[in-house]
Parts: sequence; C-alpha cells; structure tokens
Amino acid sequence: MTARNLPLIATLVVFIVAYALCAMQFPAMLSLRVVANLLTDNAYLGVAAVGMTFVIISGGIDLSVGSVIAFTGVFLAVVIRAGIDPITAFVLVLIITTLFGAVMGAMIHYLETPPFIVTLAGMFFARGACFLLTTDSIPIDHPTWDFITSLNYRLPGGGRLTLVAMIMLVVFLAGILVAHFTRFGTYVYGMGGNRQSAELMGVPVARTTVAIYALSSGLAGVAGIVFALYTSAGYSLAATGVELDTIAAVVIGGTLLTGGVGTIAGTFVGVLIQGLIQTYIIFDGTLSSWWTKIVIGGLLFAFILLQRGLVHVAARRRAAARMAAA
Amino acid sequence: MSTRKLLLGAVFSCALSFAGAAAAADMTIGFSQIGSESGWRAAETSVSKIEAEKRGIDLKIADAQQKQENQIKAIRSFIAQGVDAIFVAPVVATGWDDVLGEAKDAEIPVVLLDRTIDTKDDSLYLTAVTSDTVHEGAVAGEWLAKEVAGKDCNVVELQGTVGSSPAINRKKGFDEAIASHSNIKLIRSQTGDFTRTKGKEVMESFIKAEGGGKNICAVYAHNDDMQIGAIQAIKEAGLKPGTDILMVSIDAVPDIFKAMADGEANATVELTPNMAGPAFDAVAAFKADGTVPPKWIQTESKLYLPDTAQAEYEARKDLGY
Repeated sequence: MTARNLPLIATLVVFIVAYALCAMQFPAMLSLRVVANLLTDNAYLGVAAVGMTFVIISGGIDLSVGSVIAFTGVFLAVVIRAGIDPITAFVLVLIITTLFGAVMGAMIHYLETPPFIVTLAGMFFARGACFLLTTDSIPIDHPTWDFITSLNYRLPGGGRLTLVAMIMLVVFLAGILVAHFTRFGTYVYGMGGNRQSAELMGVPVARTTVAIYALSSGLAGVAGIVFALYTSAGYSLAATGVELDTIAAVVIGGTLLTGGVGTIAGTFVGVLIQGLIQTYIIFDGTLSSWWTKIVIGGLLFAFILLQRGLVHVAARRRAAARMAAA
Repeated sequence: MSTRKLLLGAVFSCALSFAGAAAAADMTIGFSQIGSESGWRAAETSVSKIEAEKRGIDLKIADAQQKQENQIKAIRSFIAQGVDAIFVAPVVATGWDDVLGEAKDAEIPVVLLDRTIDTKDDSLYLTAVTSDTVHEGAVAGEWLAKEVAGKDCNVVELQGTVGSSPAINRKKGFDEAIASHSNIKLIRSQTGDFTRTKGKEVMESFIKAEGGGKNICAVYAHNDDMQIGAIQAIKEAGLKPGTDILMVSIDAVPDIFKAMADGEANATVELTPNMAGPAFDAVAAFKADGTVPPKWIQTESKLYLPDTAQAEYEARKDLGY
C-alpha cells in the first residue's frame, strides 16, 4: 500500500462503511434494485466525471461540462423533432461537443489562458446556445428513441440495469484502460506532475492539451446523450451545477486537484458516494435534501485535508532521503 | 358544564380523526416536491405534512431543488423502498414516461400534484390534483362584475410572468368572465412578473398614465404578491386602495388577508396549498376497494372577502408562506 493509493483506499472505505450504515437502518437498501438505481441515476454524472478526471489529473479544470450536457439534450431534442434520425443526431452532437472541447483546449494552450477562465466562457457559451435553440422543454419522440430507451436488463427483484448504466460502466472501463495502458494516459499524468519537465521529456503538450479538453467535452456530450435518454427530453436549464458535482466526485475519488495523481476507478466510487447520500436522504424522507450538499462539502474538506497531509508527508520523506544521500 | 362540553368535543373529534386514519392507516407515501422556491410551495409542503399526520400516513418528502434529475432519483428510490403511493409535483412537463413506467410495473400508484405532465400514456398516473387556473381568473372576473353591478368600470391588469401557463390562463378566465359585461373595460394590461417590486413599478406607471389614477376603477392582479406591490403604489399616489380602487387578485397568501383586514384589498381567489389532502383520500379509496378516481381532481377556487380576512390570516400565517 503506497501513499499514492491511500486516497483511493480511503474513498473505498468511506463508501463501504457508509453503505453498511445505510443498510443497517434501511435493509431495503441492500437490494439489487437500489444498486441498479445508483448506476442508472448517476450515469450522466459518472460519464462526465471520467472526462473530468483526465482534465484534473493533467492539472486543469473544465467548468463547461454541465452546460455541454444541457446543450446536447436540447440539440438532440430540436434536431430529432426536425426529422433527423436519433443515431445521426448522436454522431452530429458528439462531433460538435468534441470540437468545442478541442477549441477550448487550443485556447488554453496557445493563448496561455488559465483553463478556469476558458472553460467558464465555454460554460456560458454552451448554456446560452441552449436558449438560442429553444427556451422550452422539448419531449423527444421517435420510434428509434423509444427502442433505445426500452433496452435494459431486468435484474431479479424488479431492478433494471438500464442502457445508460451500461454506457457508464463501459466508459469507466475504457477510461481506466486509456489512463493506465496508453501513451496518452502517460502524457496526461506526466503533464499534471510537472508540465515543464514533461515538455522537456518530449510530451507533446499542445496536442495533449487539445486532446484532453476534446475528450472531456466529448464525454460531456456522451453524458448529455445519457441525460437525454434518462429524461427523454431536452431542457435548457437541465444539469445546472453538474460540473461542480463531477469535480466533487473526482476529488472525493482521490484525485489531487494539483494534478499528477488520481485514478478513474476512484472517481467511480466518488460518484457512487454522492448517489448513496442522496438515496439515504430520500429513504429517510424527513431530512432536507440540502444535507446532500452539506455531507459532500464535509467529505470534500476531509479529503482535501487527507491529500494535503499525504503531500506533506511525502515531501518530508523526500527531504529526509536527500539528507541521507548527502 | 363547559368543561364537559369541551371534553365531549375532544372525544368526538378524536373519534373522527381515528375514523379518518383507519382507512389510510400505515400507508407510506413518498412525495417528490419541486423545491421551496415560493411561499406557496413552502405552504404546500407544510400542509401536506399536516394532512398526512391527520390521517396517520407516513409521508416521506424529497425536495428536488428545482431539478428534474433529482425528482427522477427520488421516484426511483421510493419505488425501491416499496412505498404505497408516490406523489409528484413535476418541475417540467416532459420526460416522465420511463420512471413512471417503472412505478407502474411495481404497481405503485402515482398522483400528480399542482401540475400535470405531457405523456401519451395517461395510465402512468392514477390522477392529477390541480387547480383550474382559467376558473380562478373567471371567479375574480365574476366577483368584479357583481361588485360594480352595471356601473362603468375601467380595469387595469397586472399579469404574471409572460408565457407562463398561470398567467395565460388567469388572463383568459378573467377576460371571458367580463366579456358579457360591456360596462367593464380592460384599459391596461402589463406584466409584473409575479413579484411585489415589479407589481409596484407597473402600478406606478398605470397611475401616471391614467390621470393620477382617477380613471382606474379596479386592479386585477394575477397573484397577491403583485397586488401588495400595487397597494403600495396606490397609497403613495395619495389614493385609498380598497375604497377608491377595487382590488382583486389570486392565490390567498397571508399578506393579502392582512391587507383585506386593513380594508386595502377587496377579494382574493384561493389557490389552495392543500393538494395532498384530496390525493391522500383518492389513494386511500383506491387501496381500500379499488375505487378509481377521475383523471383530474380539481381543487376548489374559493373566493375570500374581507369579512373572514382576520381569521384566515391567523390560520395561515404559520404555514411557511
């Protein structure tokens, strides 16, 4: 067990202990249906969080994902209403969102602007574009669409493993593979660890930055499709603040906000923890749902403290090692 | 003797509430509420709790913070919990088919409160309890027609948020009600966005445009909040609201009762926050012997006048408006 893995392990322990406590109070929470619900209800958050994990590991931030999710939903609803086939619409919207991310990445790299500002502009831009398309909530109604949303695997006990849950699981698996077993993944970790030394060691920083933000927006596009499948509608005000929820999931999942350290698997647990808190509050039925935010806030503080503590310990150990060597 | 009467009364009312509870006893109902964006919404939540307690129902409330995704999550969790019925006050009209389909598969009846949904399959919900907003406007219009009794009357209207369905419907109902009375004329109509400050601003401009308010015989506001703003504006212009200018509005929030008790408003049409009460009864009947309620349960749009204002104010002031 290295210090590097400690945040991930801490996250897992928090999740398991929290689930056990919930299950003790409400035995119904142990059912497969609740587990399936956790996956389905948080699918859009999970998909977006995978992209966010890459961004944060590289030392950046992407504030545009919530707006991109809403834009995707509204775009799909509008073009499908106009008579375009849903599958074509999916391809179109993924191209648009990926390009959108690539442009933001290019601006961050070539204009040397902080990602915070560029993606903040992206957030306003994408949200504004929704209202340009429509101000109403538009239902999506198409035979192909109905077929896609009806795809699910019925679990024993009445739960359903829905298509959107499966999409999220696939995205997480793919994310883990890309992060740990490809050259791109290595570049992302390298850039987050130390951008200058990564550049000196031959990491193509320009290309990687563009690719990271393209990936994040592209996955936000997938999350938008998932969200649209989830509600069968496009709504301009959907998914407000989701970017902050994804950042919280990533940080709770053990990724350092300073970059260089983190795992996609941790993010998965971070997403589940958020879902679990919401589920508990609904099961209880008397607590204000704002407790979700309070608990998430508390967990964030705890994890930031843990991370800072680890960084501090690691620095001291390095210093000690240097002293010993000298 | 009075003690005995009191005791008897207490026993009797206990028996009554037990009888009511018996039908609905031990039911657990999940209520996915939109949020607490307005005083009315907060009152709806507290009235729902009171009504549930009266009937011995275990009511679980999930506040969605104005987000549909939170409402869908809440409904799924209610299904997983195996509640006896689910109430939803939907934040938007679209996107409910899947999750309500799951509730249907689990044989959990769903009741829509206060708003309805867009769906092709209306078997997804048992019934919808809502008010008829067109009718509310009509009640206000009819009251005015009766009040002026054939005399000429120029009305100014404070509309709700442009394009919102209550604004459209409350205007329509009022227009229809005064259409047959040629003595009543709508001379100005503008939006006050359902807020006090905007209501006051718009009323100030109406007063200026209509000879210092001399031409205005009545104000019709789509909600009480705008009306309270208008009352301010009229007072500042040196006129007496309620006497010089007739004041009629919709919603029946505590502050308008206070204004009525002070003689500054003349009538309000209630949008009752008690949507859950009729819904509880419908579900209880459905569970007991399969009585299928009508698809739409219309709540009463009751007209309140100054005579009961003080009592109504006392009854409402703690509901969270």
